[in-house]
Amino acid sequence: MGGYILKRLLSAVPVLLGITVIVFLIMSLIPGDPATAILGAYATPENVEKLNRDLGLDEPMIERYFIWLYNMLQGDFGRSYSLNRPVLDEILERFSATLILAGTSFILCSILGILAGVVSAARQYGMADKLITFVVLIGISVPSFFLGMMMILLFAVNLRWLPVSGMYAIYGGGDLPDLIRHLTMPALALSAVATGVIARMARSAMLEVLRQDFVRTARAKGVHERRVITRHALRAAMVAIIPVLGIQAGFVLSGAVYIEIVFQWPGVGRMLVDAILTRDLLLVQGGVVFVAACYVLFNIAVDVAQSLLDPRIKT
Amino acid sequence: MQILKWTRRGLMAGAAGAALAVGAAMSPAAAQTPPGVLIVGQIAEPKSLDPAAVTAQNDFRILVNLYEGLVRYAPGTLEPEPLLATDWEISEDGTEYTFNLREGVTFHDGTPFNAEAVKFNFDRMLDEDHPYHETGPFPLAFFFSAVENVEVIDDLTVKFTLNEPFAPFLSNLAYPTGLLVSPDAVRAQGQDFGRNPVGTGPFRFAEWASNERVVLERNVDYWGEPAGTEAVVFRPITDANTRVAELLAGGIDVMVEVPPTSLSQFEGEQFEIHEQAGPHVWFLILNAKEGPFADKLVRQAANYAVDKEAIVNDVLEGTAEVAAGPIPPAFAWAYNEELDPYPHDPERARDLLAEAGVENPEVTFYVTEGGSGMLDPVPMATAIQADLAEVGFDVNIETYEWNTFLGEVNPGLEGKADMAEMAWMTNDPDTLPYLTLRTAAFPEDGGFNSGYYSNPEVDDLLEQARTATDQDERARLYKEVQAIVKEDAPWVFVANWKQNAVTNDRVEGFELEPSFLLQLQDVTKD
Repeated sequence: MGGYILKRLLSAVPVLLGITVIVFLIMSLIPGDPATAILGAYATPENVEKLNRDLGLDEPMIERYFIWLYNMLQGDFGRSYSLNRPVLDEILERFSATLILAGTSFILCSILGILAGVVSAARQYGMADKLITFVVLIGISVPSFFLGMMMILLFAVNLRWLPVSGMYAIYGGGDLPDLIRHLTMPALALSAVATGVIARMARSAMLEVLRQDFVRTARAKGVHERRVITRHALRAAMVAIIPVLGIQAGFVLSGAVYIEIVFQWPGVGRMLVDAILTRDLLLVQGGVVFVAACYVLFNIAVDVAQSLLDPRIKT
Repeated sequence: MQILKWTRRGLMAGAAGAALAVGAAMSPAAAQTPPGVLIVGQIAEPKSLDPAAVTAQNDFRILVNLYEGLVRYAPGTLEPEPLLATDWEISEDGTEYTFNLREGVTFHDGTPFNAEAVKFNFDRMLDEDHPYHETGPFPLAFFFSAVENVEVIDDLTVKFTLNEPFAPFLSNLAYPTGLLVSPDAVRAQGQDFGRNPVGTGPFRFAEWASNERVVLERNVDYWGEPAGTEAVVFRPITDANTRVAELLAGGIDVMVEVPPTSLSQFEGEQFEIHEQAGPHVWFLILNAKEGPFADKLVRQAANYAVDKEAIVNDVLEGTAEVAAGPIPPAFAWAYNEELDPYPHDPERARDLLAEAGVENPEVTFYVTEGGSGMLDPVPMATAIQADLAEVGFDVNIETYEWNTFLGEVNPGLEGKADMAEMAWMTNDPDTLPYLTLRTAAFPEDGGFNSGYYSNPEVDDLLEQARTATDQDERARLYKEVQAIVKEDAPWVFVANWKQNAVTNDRVEGFELEPSFLLQLQDVTKD
């Protein structure tokens, strides 16, 4: 097992290097440069040139790439010029906010999705199945940002049950209940689509397993139906469900961008959008590499979990 | 039976879960914001709170409450009046400005405000060898590029020497780039000064939680009238719909830059809508060097063809006024009242095109998706395209993201386009025409005259106006410029934006300024 993990980690290195090259190239080649973004209407060629020089952007591209990579390997992600602070400080601060939001959504969509899928499969074509399928299809079809805005209108503006936006109250907040109040709407809105997808996949995975011989054998032995489903079938179906969870984790993480904007959540998605618009090269590059690294690690963890569950997967 | 049982149990569990969630959430969540604390919904996170380092209106709104400059724009105008300087003398030739400084002013860190501090501020920005120049970059330092040196005469007297007479100098000092920071704090904080700002203003810095809030507290040692609120909180809310929802739900007290289509939600007793025309012009640059717009008649035809009234009233929902020329009416002293906007007259436009011998000119039109001061550029562009098509133009729109757009337009339209959207907000009537309408301001010479308009008479008048120190004389020259430029029509003059804000009924004494700066010291909140 240890060897397998090490092998997977090593194979992630070229992936991450590739990501650094791609994000660096994209940020360097897209039209518009940081100086133009900062100067706006005052971006005369002369002013742009001087500011680019002040920002250290007049070096050749290859050189800038290797300096950036070298510094990053030593933990120095550089300084964001649009925020005027170290890139890594900003990323860590913002990423923890995203992690709270995306993590909560991920747990929500995993539990709700698997639960809904299992119930649907257990009662195929029954009332519960039809009801769940209907709700799940709505969840999949409504864009999360729209759902978010509707939730704001209903629960925050009209009913005034929940705060509109932000992560903590401006005054007198900062404790866990305050966080939960602010987290409820964005987490639900963010998990809606993933819940639907997981529920659909869980349903079909369960249906397939329920048709297999060992399930029939278990039933024939007189095992209680509840136990057949939760112990025998679900465990086998998890092998098919877990990769879907891994993919959905990625969707939740990227979907957080929209939700963070709608709910003003101080997360890394909103940070990246702002950074791209202001051409804050180091912040975009550092942020993308950081998020990509987390995603790669998470997927390795998913694969490891899968191999633990299913002895057929070679380690 | 089995199915029913399952379903019922499931429903019960679901309902219990939902009830729990709602119960947890329903506790006094949307509590009222505290009295005496003004919460302002901003459009973005500030970049930095170092006035020399920033360029965005969004950041200026915070800065002018923290810092003060030698002069400021007198309330309700764009004319400089004393602030940290009590008075000043300008030498005969207009190159020496001697300021007498206000006595007894201290920075928030307790250090005295004096001539040394003023010198430090300008040297830091302008002298590349200054030990704290690296706390920059200072993108708008060129506002003071005419300053040759700053000299401390005595503790409370400071003299600026300019390399040539430069009439906009005082109004540039009143611009946020001229706000003064505490030298001691810059020495102590270095690059981090922008996140730990120290000024002399009616509010002092308390806290900056990234992407959540910037908190300013009343400066109890302020030299003037103390601020009306205990604290001001600036919240960055980038999404306009969320900003609207926050104001409706009572989460913020003041919202700036309300989308035109949302204004109707705030009609009623509970809210007050504020509007103020500012020094903003929205126009179309016409390529006067090549293509159909090289002919003045065609340029005039475009001005007659575009229905400006419809754009400001329908597309912009009344949040702008029709522009008559290159200088906005907010510069009341320099504005030529006698000029009327080009009327919407398609018939006249067609006649002019016929006279020019081009019935169906084909033009490429650069449009941006959005950007500073650009209002609603895409719908405005399609309206303009339709208006021009009505009189015979064949308009091809090319749309670009803002930074890309600037990268295309600023180097000049030659060989690429005939027409481009543009908007400017300036602090002095000199800035816009000087940078965009002179022959010496062609892009290859480092200016913004992307349409290559050239009229020696205008060049001459603008140079004279820049070096004249008498305001009446300057006003006369600018009025003449406006008349000539309107006739020459290097642009289609479209709109002057009215800045807006909405406050709730707990806020008193809120005023918008023509400078678009947000002065909050006189505001109170119960």
